[in-house]
Amino acid sequence: MTTTTQATRTAAPRPLEETLPRHMNGPASPGWWGMVMLIATEAMLFAALVASYFFLRFQSGPVWPPGGIPKPTLELPLIMSVILWSSSVPVHLGEKAIKRGDVGKLKLYLALGFVLGAVFLGMQLGIEYPEKLAEFTPTTNVYGSLFFTLTGFHGLHVAGGLMINLWTQMRAWQGAFDEHRHVTVQNFTMYWHFVDAVWIAVLSTIYLSPNI
Amino acid sequence: MATIAERLETVWGEGPGLGTSLKTVDHKKLGMKYLYTGLLFFVIGGIQSLILRAQLTAANLEILDPEAYNQMFTMHGTTMMFLFVVPTLSGFGNFFVPLMIGTRDMAFPRLNAFGYWIFLAAGLFMYSSFLVGKAPNNGWFNNAPLANSEFTPGLNIDFYALGLIFLGISTTAGAINFIVTILKMRAPGMSINRMPIFVWGELAFAFSIVFAQPALTAALVMLELDRKFGFAFFDPSKGGDVILWQHLFWIFGHPWVYILILPAFGIVSMIIPTFCGRPIIGYTWVVVAEMATAVIGFGVWVHHMFATGLPQVAMSFISAASFMVTLPSGTQTFAWLATLVAGKIKLKTPMLFSLGFIVLFVVGGLSGVMFASIPFDQQTTDTYFVVAHFHYIIVGGVIFPLFAGLYYWLPKMTGKMLDERWGKTSFWVMFVGFNLVFFPMHITGLLGQPRRTYTYLPGLGWDIWNAIETVGAFMLAFGILLTFVNWYRSARRGEAAPDNPWGGDTLEWATTSPPPHYNFEMVPTVRSLHPVWDQDELSHGRQSPERGGHPLADGHETFASSMLDGRPQAVMEMPHESPWPVLLTLALTVMFYGVLLDAYALAAAGVAASGAAMMGWFWPKGETQET
Repeated sequence: MTTTTQATRTAAPRPLEETLPRHMNGPASPGWWGMVMLIATEAMLFAALVASYFFLRFQSGPVWPPGGIPKPTLELPLIMSVILWSSSVPVHLGEKAIKRGDVGKLKLYLALGFVLGAVFLGMQLGIEYPEKLAEFTPTTNVYGSLFFTLTGFHGLHVAGGLMINLWTQMRAWQGAFDEHRHVTVQNFTMYWHFVDAVWIAVLSTIYLSPNI
Repeated sequence: MATIAERLETVWGEGPGLGTSLKTVDHKKLGMKYLYTGLLFFVIGGIQSLILRAQLTAANLEILDPEAYNQMFTMHGTTMMFLFVVPTLSGFGNFFVPLMIGTRDMAFPRLNAFGYWIFLAAGLFMYSSFLVGKAPNNGWFNNAPLANSEFTPGLNIDFYALGLIFLGISTTAGAINFIVTILKMRAPGMSINRMPIFVWGELAFAFSIVFAQPALTAALVMLELDRKFGFAFFDPSKGGDVILWQHLFWIFGHPWVYILILPAFGIVSMIIPTFCGRPIIGYTWVVVAEMATAVIGFGVWVHHMFATGLPQVAMSFISAASFMVTLPSGTQTFAWLATLVAGKIKLKTPMLFSLGFIVLFVVGGLSGVMFASIPFDQQTTDTYFVVAHFHYIIVGGVIFPLFAGLYYWLPKMTGKMLDERWGKTSFWVMFVGFNLVFFPMHITGLLGQPRRTYTYLPGLGWDIWNAIETVGAFMLAFGILLTFVNWYRSARRGEAAPDNPWGGDTLEWATTSPPPHYNFEMVPTVRSLHPVWDQDELSHGRQSPERGGHPLADGHETFASSMLDGRPQAVMEMPHESPWPVLLTLALTVMFYGVLLDAYALAAAGVAASGAAMMGWFWPKGETQET
């Protein structure tokens, strides 16, 4: 590369391909658009599940949840929500840090985001699910099926996001990112914000809507 | 000093052998793989339809027992809808989209390979059901509650549901790849209003898949949770609802019909101008119509459910939306007709198939408009009238353009011309055979013959029509066979194809037949909607640097460009051959068989192996690797 560049430097004008950058970030990068499309199709998956929830709810009759299941309580899910949503803050700050080229801050913020996401998942699996399973299971009736399918799908996406977080962390340690090259960080950030945004829909559907 | 072509060949060439065949990321090789595999499934689905037709030749025949008949028509439909049309169109798309937009590969070459292998694995997964005599047997749209384990125990439906979830990975990966490739990889100067209509068709196709596929996946996951673990989504005794299946299926299913036909429209919109020797009339309107069809397709699903007892208001809206589909379809049809009137027609085989398509599509469109009318629909639903309608759309509207595409593009793909006489004979046999088999179905349908029924009683006025239909089916099959023989003969001793045998206007004709591994010796600069007609310097893919050609011969490289005006933004290093797409596919196959057989340890092993394969895929390989 360098030899060609030096050779042609004398003979102006330089060909277009030698003036162009070899890495792109954000919306200029094909990888970024790949992630946008992945998120679009995932969002449709959640839309289909949420639509199914309301379809089945309104087909089901006046009492919801049916079968003597109590309405979902809100304390725990709201605490979990705050923890999950707050994880978007360090992840966002991590992206800003790498745009300045600050790899140390990126590693720190990624780790912070990981811990908050993991705490959310731990509370879901360790506290919320056992409590609910004592009341009903996915096979009790369609409400149980909907509850565990929707929250479970979201939980799987949190787990997937945590894996990508670890991968990004590893690549940061390998020195893959700087202020010019960080589309992987941006893609992870976008995915993580998506997982947090979907939780708004899941929370509203599963926990808030039966209480209205 | 090596020439540019030699340097490019060193960088882009892939060696021979089985290893390369498994590891290749070349969009042209993958396109051929898609095409061959898709057509193989076409032949299998076609043989199934001949067996079905043989069974119905006369009243009370017993070639197949009712259960075998159910499996046969289900796999015929499933094969044709999922394993033939979309993969075959993806084959053309894979081969020609990068060529038409003047780049050297798809945006994500390994994802492209992955999509192909998943498609193959999912197809084999579904067909492995025949080995245990448990092929899916509930029709291609698999309605609940018949699909519930209570009514269809056994693995039949599990093969269907898991197989289609599996296939959905391939379809989605392919669609995302098409979108990003089309939006970000176009040659310098190819602004979005200089994109060939076929590329627009693939774009509409891909966007529809991204937004429609998840509804099917959601429905299939719910169904499997019901069947495997006793969830209650489609179980009315526990508050579930069987109509939910139909809503989700058709929210996916109707866009899917347009997913099948939009690239087919795109093919015809390429061929007609070429053989009329003039640009298509109303380029912008045709593009807008393609996009409008894709969008309206999401608002008409309930017209598949007019007989399920939905509220009248909901049905009226959908009825109106369904009538609205005629506007973009009509726009395109009139654009083709106007181009025909204004042009000087050269009646070669691709053109014949395109004209045949227009005729058959209009007939199928007319019966389609009838279904938008609720009272008519309720009288004819689940009769052979419906079968007649959608075969006019799918065979007439998709397979005829596909064959047009074969005759148009195979010379470019293989470097050998097809024989015109065989081609025209094949067309006429197919055209007559097609109308013999499917036109009488309108009549038997109106006379009340129900679809999906393994036999019928004599004396209902159906006998003669059914006999004619069977004759027509074998004639259609013979016509198709003629094209395959033609293809084989051309591969053996066909004339060598020139770069631009038909005088086409798009960039695939600006390189050699078949194109080299690197597609173009010089990545071209585009200055027109009809580059090959308007830029005479483009021949042999060698636009000189003075005229705007870019050799990009220092590495495995192509341009990334801006989305609207096609301005180059960066030089992208493209990935090389990789074993990981195949290995990831194998791992996922293990997982799906694990779930199918309730062997969850095996499924977990598949998940773990998939994780390892993904690590291998993304593991950095030196400095040039895109992160």
